[in-house]
This record gives sequence, C-alpha cells and structure tokens, in this order.
Amino acid sequence: MGLLDQQFTKESIVVTKVEDLLNWARLSSLWQMGFGLACCAIEMMATSASHYDFDRFGVIPRPSPRQSDVIIISGTVTLKMAIRIKRLYEQMPDPKYVISMGSCSNCGGPYWEHGYHVLKGVDRVIPVDVYVPGCPPRPEALLEGLLKLQEKIRNESLVKKSV
Amino acid sequence: MKTPEEVFNILKEKFGDAVVELAASQPVDPYIVVNPKEVDKICQYLFDNEELSFNNLMNLSGVDDSNGKVIAGQNGDKTIEGGTLSVYYHIESTKHKHKIVIKASTPRENPEVNSVESIWRHADWHEREAYDLVGIIFLNHPNLTRILMPYDWDAGHPLRKDYKNPEFYHGMKVPY
Repeated sequence: MGLLDQQFTKESIVVTKVEDLLNWARLSSLWQMGFGLACCAIEMMATSASHYDFDRFGVIPRPSPRQSDVIIISGTVTLKMAIRIKRLYEQMPDPKYVISMGSCSNCGGPYWEHGYHVLKGVDRVIPVDVYVPGCPPRPEALLEGLLKLQEKIRNESLVKKSV
Repeated sequence: MKTPEEVFNILKEKFGDAVVELAASQPVDPYIVVNPKEVDKICQYLFDNEELSFNNLMNLSGVDDSNGKVIAGQNGDKTIEGGTLSVYYHIESTKHKHKIVIKASTPRENPEVNSVESIWRHADWHEREAYDLVGIIFLNHPNLTRILMPYDWDAGHPLRKDYKNPEFYHGMKVPY
C-alpha cells in the first residue's frame, strides 16, 4: 500500500515515483474545513471524535479555507448558503476535494420537491469528488467516503487528470 | 385569572368596533378577532392593564387563509384573488397565568397590520418572518426585511398558497 510497508533493516534508499510520493503525502493529510451545515454535521463531528477518530487518516479540521484540502458538505444546502459555499470553495488552494455528505447535499434529499429554499444537490455549484449516501450517513459511511477519496488521490497523475 | 370571555368583554367595552368577535366554539384555543389597524393599541392595553398584564408574546405567526377566489392557470399553478391573510398572536400573562389568542385578518391585496414590536420586543423577528414567508406588511416596524430567505429574493413569499418557485436563482437551477 504505502511507501513504508517494508521494514528498514539498515540505512537504505527507497526507490519510488514522484507521483506516488506526492499522492501518498496528499492523501495522508487531508485537512478538512471546519464547516458543518445541518444534522450531517453532528455525524461528522462524531466521526472526528475519539471513537471513530478521523485524525488517524490525517483528517484535521482547519479554521480557514486557505489551509484546507477537503470540504465536507455536511447537510442541507440552502440557496442562501450555496453562494457562500461557492465562495469558500473558491478560497481553498488547489488541489482541493469535495465530499458531499448525505441525501440533502447529494440531491436535495427530503426537500427535493417542496423545498423552495433548498439547492437540489451541491454539485450544481461546485464539483463533487465523492458522494456519501445516507440520511444522515453513519460515521462508518463517512469513513468509507474518505477512503474512496484517498483511493482517488492515490491514482492521480501529474500529467493527466484522473476521473 | 381571566377567562377568554372576560378578556373579550373588557376589550369590547374599551375598544368597541375594533374588537370584532370571540370565536370560542372552534376546536382550537378561543381567539379574539380584532381590526388589524388597531391591534397595536389593543395589545398595548392588554400589556398595560393590571388585571390582564399579558406580558409574554408566546408566538406570532402569519397565515394564508386561502379563502379567496382560486384561478387555475396553465400547468397546475394557480393564483388567488381576494380573501385574507391573518396574523395570530398567542399571548400569556406570567403574572395571572392566563392565555388568549388574538387574530388580525387583513385583505390579501393590501396586507397591512400594525406592528407590536414596541410592546413585545421579540415580535421583531416574528414579524420579519411573517413578512418574509407570507408577505404581511407590518406598519411602524423598525427593520422590516427578510429574515430567512435571501435579502435579494424577488420571487415572492413562499408560504402563500399561490406561490410559484422561480426557475433560477443567481444562475442556480431551483427545481429538482
């Protein structure tokens, strides 16, 4: 899996590709933006807390979009909030990733028909990397989403964009 | 402690025609219907009077009564002409432990009600909500702007029964 899965017996040289090294560094310290929207944010906080321990994947909440690598859209995106989310996303430095957490931010969720104030899916304003289903998703589901994102980053290339 | 009948009789004696009726046979709490342009004076009296002293506004809500003429348009949408919008004031006295509901109905075409913000300060945001969602204009309100919907929302008031959601808002598609 990683670079350090072999044991070092003596001082030595590790041969690897630049891409692998960069991707490994990137996926091992995905700093998330400290940002929650609705009830999904409660599950996200539970995921960050000691029992599920997001930190073991290198996910630490950061107080500023300038220091963040990933934004987890955790909850209902209202039309009023969508404008702010777009701005926050634009303030994040590249490379940046988006996890859409829960039915609301995936597609509008229970507000899909009569939610006059709800954006029917956050992918209408920003590009989403991973969709996590659930209402709200359990912490295990969010962890699964994060692992999917790590997998995506691991296969990234410097020369061609991954899908 | 005063019963709704007693409160109604006190108000009727003091304000005459501005107090319309007491609806007590409803399956809900009995309510007193008053003139929307006098509601601030009546509420001030309810607040000040020693025997009544309604010092707590528990809730203030705007309602679309939907009792006008419904005109069906194309593809399922409709408009309502005539009828009323109403404001309900749920007030109580923490001193005398009694409650009453006040109702002020106002015509849909020109929905104006006097503000009670100067009597109960928390009516401020309640009235802004009623303005935002139902479109009732509160006269003499210090800051009658939208509170929940975006400030630049120009598609109307969402809890009106004939509300039609816009296709786009700031370039974002709104319908599913």
